[in-house]
Amino acid sequence: MKRFLAFTIKEFRHILRDTRTLLILFGIPVAEIIIFGYVVTNEIRHVPVVILDKSRDVTTQKITDRILASPWFLEETTIQSEQEIHDLFKKGNVRLAVIFGQDFEKNLMRGGKVPIQVIADGSDPNAARLMVGYLSAIAIQAQKDLNKEKETTGRLLIKSRMEFNPELKGAFMFVPGTIAMILMLISAMMTSISIAREKETGTMEAMLVSPLHPLQIILGKVVPYVAIAFVDAVIIMALGGVIFGVPLKGSLLLLMGEVILFIFLSLSLGIMLSTMSSTQMEAMFLSLFVLLLPTVLLSGFIYPIEDMPVALQWFSALMPARWFIVILKSIMLKGAGFLFVWKETLILAGMTLLFLLVSIKKFTIRLE
Amino acid sequence: MIRIVDVTKSFGENKALSGVSLDIFDGELFVLIGPDGAGKSTLFRILVTLLLPDKGHVLIKGLDVVKDFWKIRTIMGYMPGTFSLYPDLTVEENLAFYARIFGTSLQKNYPLIRDVYEQIEPFKKRAAGKLSGGMKQKLALSCALIHRPEVLVLDEPTTGVDAASRKEFWQMLKNIQQEGITVIVSTAYMDEASRGDRACFLHKGKLLKAGTPEEIRESYPYPLYACRSKDNFALLKVLRNEPSTASAMLYGKTIHYSPARKNFSVGTFLSDLEKTGKYGSIEYRKTTPSVEDSFAFLSKQ
Repeated sequence: MKRFLAFTIKEFRHILRDTRTLLILFGIPVAEIIIFGYVVTNEIRHVPVVILDKSRDVTTQKITDRILASPWFLEETTIQSEQEIHDLFKKGNVRLAVIFGQDFEKNLMRGGKVPIQVIADGSDPNAARLMVGYLSAIAIQAQKDLNKEKETTGRLLIKSRMEFNPELKGAFMFVPGTIAMILMLISAMMTSISIAREKETGTMEAMLVSPLHPLQIILGKVVPYVAIAFVDAVIIMALGGVIFGVPLKGSLLLLMGEVILFIFLSLSLGIMLSTMSSTQMEAMFLSLFVLLLPTVLLSGFIYPIEDMPVALQWFSALMPARWFIVILKSIMLKGAGFLFVWKETLILAGMTLLFLLVSIKKFTIRLE
Repeated sequence: MIRIVDVTKSFGENKALSGVSLDIFDGELFVLIGPDGAGKSTLFRILVTLLLPDKGHVLIKGLDVVKDFWKIRTIMGYMPGTFSLYPDLTVEENLAFYARIFGTSLQKNYPLIRDVYEQIEPFKKRAAGKLSGGMKQKLALSCALIHRPEVLVLDEPTTGVDAASRKEFWQMLKNIQQEGITVIVSTAYMDEASRGDRACFLHKGKLLKAGTPEEIRESYPYPLYACRSKDNFALLKVLRNEPSTASAMLYGKTIHYSPARKNFSVGTFLSDLEKTGKYGSIEYRKTTPSVEDSFAFLSKQ
């Protein structure tokens, strides 16, 4: 145990002393989540909006005018019932719906809190947040004017909710995808490079002559990266939530468990790759071309799996990230419990076991 | 005792060692001499259980390097030919790391490494990558010694180190030997052959000769002359082309020359050469062969 600890401490020192590594470990995740987040976000201008006014009084008319006078919103059509809203969203004709309840003005004069219901198209979460934000600003301004004019203490209350497209295609995908990619990058690439570095510089030779067990070496290498990868996953999820409003509907505990499982999978993959390469260069190219590119292209992160040729669809089943993304999507966006993702979890666990067995078998206790 | 019996090792087509047999005694300072590519590192890696011999076997204090490698790893100290320290860790951290993975601590074995470590201790907070060549060697030696091994194996520790540091390094090895540790050192420098108790010469994977420096010197089969002239290179060339010559090679500022026949008159032969006028006056005197002479001669056979 002491030996193992000594090893882990040494690994932490390597990481903490190399500013470039640190930058990769913590800078890239942040940069990536922000880039992906903003790239998929459209500009907010002339958003097609639908307004359902059940009260049809002077106040609602005034607020409607204000909304439509702003540069951000454009009235698409008028409707009579709430049922129509769903269809409009599904067709993609409107991206925002505003609903005034009955007796809007009357309730306001009584001095209560009067809700304005807002439904935003959640498939583009960043845009949806912005739209709701702009609408709130308009409502606050309207309320100030109303309070002055009619001398009422009544307040407007924006009640917003998101309407999702049923398949959850689109923007929210970038958070699970980025998590998968970053964890793969950090865990697999960094470990395989750091093991290859020891081989390249000859320190592996000196270490192998010691009574350290291969398992101690492997675990010692892995522990710091588990910690770092986990911190990264938390950063990505937090940024996704705070900046882009990506929800976490399911259990946080389950999510973290799955994240840790995937980190172990990536690490075992990295160790396996490092047993196949003897220089840092080799390790890096192997990780890039064997891990990163297929992960990005075939996991369904960028191209939907259903749109791939059948052969590639089969091939994508070999990508651990594919299953992980399904799990993340289910837990984060659909709020699914373990019963819905046990199959994917089992696949990931199986892959981890396989990679670990191969790498322990291939991790030589000698130089050949 | 370390007993190496008929060890053969190939890498693909390339035969690194063929039929090497050698005994190294406990407490000895043993020198393995050989030019680059002779198979020194391969032999050492087999000794320290990093490589498996294709044929033959090696016993270290009765332990087999293939079967008992876990036990051997606890009693061996090894300093690889390449710089084997972590350049981003400080001197102190490197040492502490190697101490801990061998299950010991710096304090416990400090007296053993004091000699070596004291010289680099003022720099203990410096990153190992920023040390000078000689200091890196000292740190690597300290790391290899930290667990008080019974056998210390050093792969070309003096390569690329200046003459003064080399001399100092050999003195340190002698001190380590005084502690009862068997020290095995490889080197490509012929002049270091007589620094140990015994030496052996490895050439193209074959062991040519092993023995004490005296034994090796005495094994030189011809009379030896040190010659000197205005143009040593021209003289060397003509000596080498002479059929009666057994060996001629540059040795410092002189040429070490041996005629093949015992009753050969060197004086007449050289004065004849002198008369051609090409080499100026040729001085010569009889000399005793050095270890270098013996090994150089062996490697040409």
